Amino acid sequence: MIGRRKQVTAVADAPPAHGRRLLEVEDLATHFVTPRGLVRAVDGVSFSLERGKTLGLVGESGCGKSVLSRSIMGLLPSNVERHGSVEFEGQRLDQLGPAELRSFWGTQIAMVFQDPMTSLNPVMRIGRQITEPLRFHFDMDRGQAEKIALSLLESVNIPEPARRLRQYPHELSGGMRQRVVIAIALACGPKLLFADEPTTALDVTVQAQILELLRTQQRERDMAMVLVTHDLGVVAGHTDEVAVMYAGQIVEQAPTRTLFSSMRMPYTAALLQSIPRLTNASHTRLNVIAGRPPDLLDPPPGCRFAPRCPYAQDRCREEQPPLIEADEPGHLYRCWYPVGTDEAREALERNLAAHVPQAELAVSGDMTRAAEVEAALEGAGAAAGPAAYESDGSAADGPDGTPADQADASADESDGSSGDTAGGTEASSGPDGAEVEIGGSD
Amino acid sequence: MAGSGTAHLRPADEVLLRIEHLDVEFPAAGGRRVSAVSDLSLDVAPGETLGLVGESGCGKSTTARAVMQLPPPTRGSVIFDGQNLTALDGERLRMLRPQFQIVFQDPISSLNPRRRVGDIVAAPLKVWNRGTEAERRARVDEVLEAVGLDPATARDKRPHEFSGGQCQRICIARTLVLDPKLVICDEPVSALDVSVQAQILNLLEDLKDRYGLTLVFITHDLAVVKNVSDRVAVMYLGKVCEVAPPDQLYGQPAHPYTAALIESIPEPDPAAPARAAALKAGDLPSPLDPPSGCRFRTRCPRAQDRCAAEEPEVRAVGDGQFVACHFPLVGPEAPPRAADDGHESSVAVATGPATG
Repeated sequence: MIGRRKQVTAVADAPPAHGRRLLEVEDLATHFVTPRGLVRAVDGVSFSLERGKTLGLVGESGCGKSVLSRSIMGLLPSNVERHGSVEFEGQRLDQLGPAELRSFWGTQIAMVFQDPMTSLNPVMRIGRQITEPLRFHFDMDRGQAEKIALSLLESVNIPEPARRLRQYPHELSGGMRQRVVIAIALACGPKLLFADEPTTALDVTVQAQILELLRTQQRERDMAMVLVTHDLGVVAGHTDEVAVMYAGQIVEQAPTRTLFSSMRMPYTAALLQSIPRLTNASHTRLNVIAGRPPDLLDPPPGCRFAPRCPYAQDRCREEQPPLIEADEPGHLYRCWYPVGTDEAREALERNLAAHVPQAELAVSGDMTRAAEVEAALEGAGAAAGPAAYESDGSAADGPDGTPADQADASADESDGSSGDTAGGTEASSGPDGAEVEIGGSD
Repeated sequence: MAGSGTAHLRPADEVLLRIEHLDVEFPAAGGRRVSAVSDLSLDVAPGETLGLVGESGCGKSTTARAVMQLPPPTRGSVIFDGQNLTALDGERLRMLRPQFQIVFQDPISSLNPRRRVGDIVAAPLKVWNRGTEAERRARVDEVLEAVGLDPATARDKRPHEFSGGQCQRICIARTLVLDPKLVICDEPVSALDVSVQAQILNLLEDLKDRYGLTLVFITHDLAVVKNVSDRVAVMYLGKVCEVAPPDQLYGQPAHPYTAALIESIPEPDPAAPARAAALKAGDLPSPLDPPSGCRFRTRCPRAQDRCAAEEPEVRAVGDGQFVACHFPLVGPEAPPRAADDGHESSVAVATGPATG
């Protein structure tokens, strides 16, 4: 007990010599040791975060965004190898032991998880759950802690806070529970908040309220936030900077406005274009990304997106692109043929001419081509996950061995399907032959 | 909201499915009854996609299951292709079942993990004893190919060897194999990543053309429903709020709840103007004890005394647009915009055509 009090004081006295910079992650890798081999869930991620700023961490399920945030906090199971450095206000978090980390959790760094029902203790009253960190970290007496808990519940806009303190989580609705989780996270005044899909389990109207709440709390407390989400819509309105993750790596990073106005990475562009937009007329054809993310046991040797990428060339399959700096300050991307350049346009035309199914599917959105792409991916060992159980997985055609008759058959079906280009970036790089048709927008 | 009434229904001979005055109740603790769906009327024309949107707990899935007679509704009628399903006995209902099928939200749990995909997709044909073994096989191959799977490799695999999106395509193939007229999709893309979601949405559009399907598409995602639907019905707490063609509904929502839903969607564009919260704070009221009058009034920014006293009926406010609200945002009785504290104008900005 005495030891942990000392820890807190030591942290509070740390000199603010690092200016605005709060968190610095250098080449962080987090690998899970499994019976099947090493799963590279996070593979060489670097970024830094300033006080009071928000970083959006976007990607599809399995891209490593949640593992990354847990890895930074040190919330990992024992079967993990972690390399690289995590520096928080000049202190190396990755070198701290569990007891030392404990004094950081809550007071310096806090986390809000996706599902408020499972992150709250169902048999403990709300009040006790909020006062617990206060009493642990600050040695408050019960009366003091309850007073603060009451004001915390008020600040997260929970009606009748005094009554709520004596209720159990099951007596509250989903949105209310998430507010309680946020109140707990904010209780000890952390400088950095990880919000891991904080609104995914909630309805849209409630999501809007929770995001707004996080924003106001962050502003009032000058707190930095890492917002982990799969939703590009959430990221667009609520972050200063965005890092897009794919297969354990950051593939594009930029200030939010720059990212949306001039994205360079084909994956980011494809992700954005696959979202149905309210601003599009109904029955607008969506862009499709073929296949699925690679197996992190054995990621492809070159660019990890290459097996699904409509622009991919030989170089992409052989040589992994580094993070390249774009013209705009702070904009990094990982691609040899960045979207919007002449090289990318030529690459796409070459792929279309060679009937590469990934390219044709991306342009036409025709799902009958999906089988070819998936077969090609499995043949290339890119989607070896479930296929690893299969002995005949390698029997599928390689990317260049697409049977011509199959291509013809699906071409017949593709009448009326056209490449819709939701984002401006793709429109400029579309091939001349692709007809763009957006029906009935009035 | 609350909308009862049938003003939005079309003549019975023009529609494939007609739901009238549907009530679904479940027993609750203390001998009480939860009314999950209450006096709901809807219809779907042949070849049309009806989108059903609302927040969780509003009764959209209950409606889907009531149409499927799984379980049958407490009151009301479900008329499918001229036959009242609620009045049919077990065997006659079973004979009609091949014509209306359902796709569920979680594709992985709706497939038997121990069976091969070819057998899963062929199962409905076997149950109905359709065709010879060879004909069944050809039919299975045809639908697998239609959903973008390679029949030769997919047929002998088991569900765990496929990703979530592929499993959902297998589920869709299984519903198609009997050549149904109506397919109900209950949150078919909610468990999937965005890139995979796009695959399934495009696929459903293709299949609708190819097989002449009529779809009921249930989702909580307004952008998805706009993309796929010909007509959208917004539900709240077991009632219909608004029914309209999507472009009209999103361009000019008539119900305050529709407007609030649309404003809540985060637009993937950092340049989009920040939108004010349109709802009073608070969550969905309990369906055990719904508010009197209009059920939405407790969260409605425009609620008046009349809303508590009187339940609004569904009525037309525009061409094909129907709303259950005493004070709709469009139509002859729409309030002057100046008195609207910027509410409506922000909707117009948010849903107007893209400028980029």
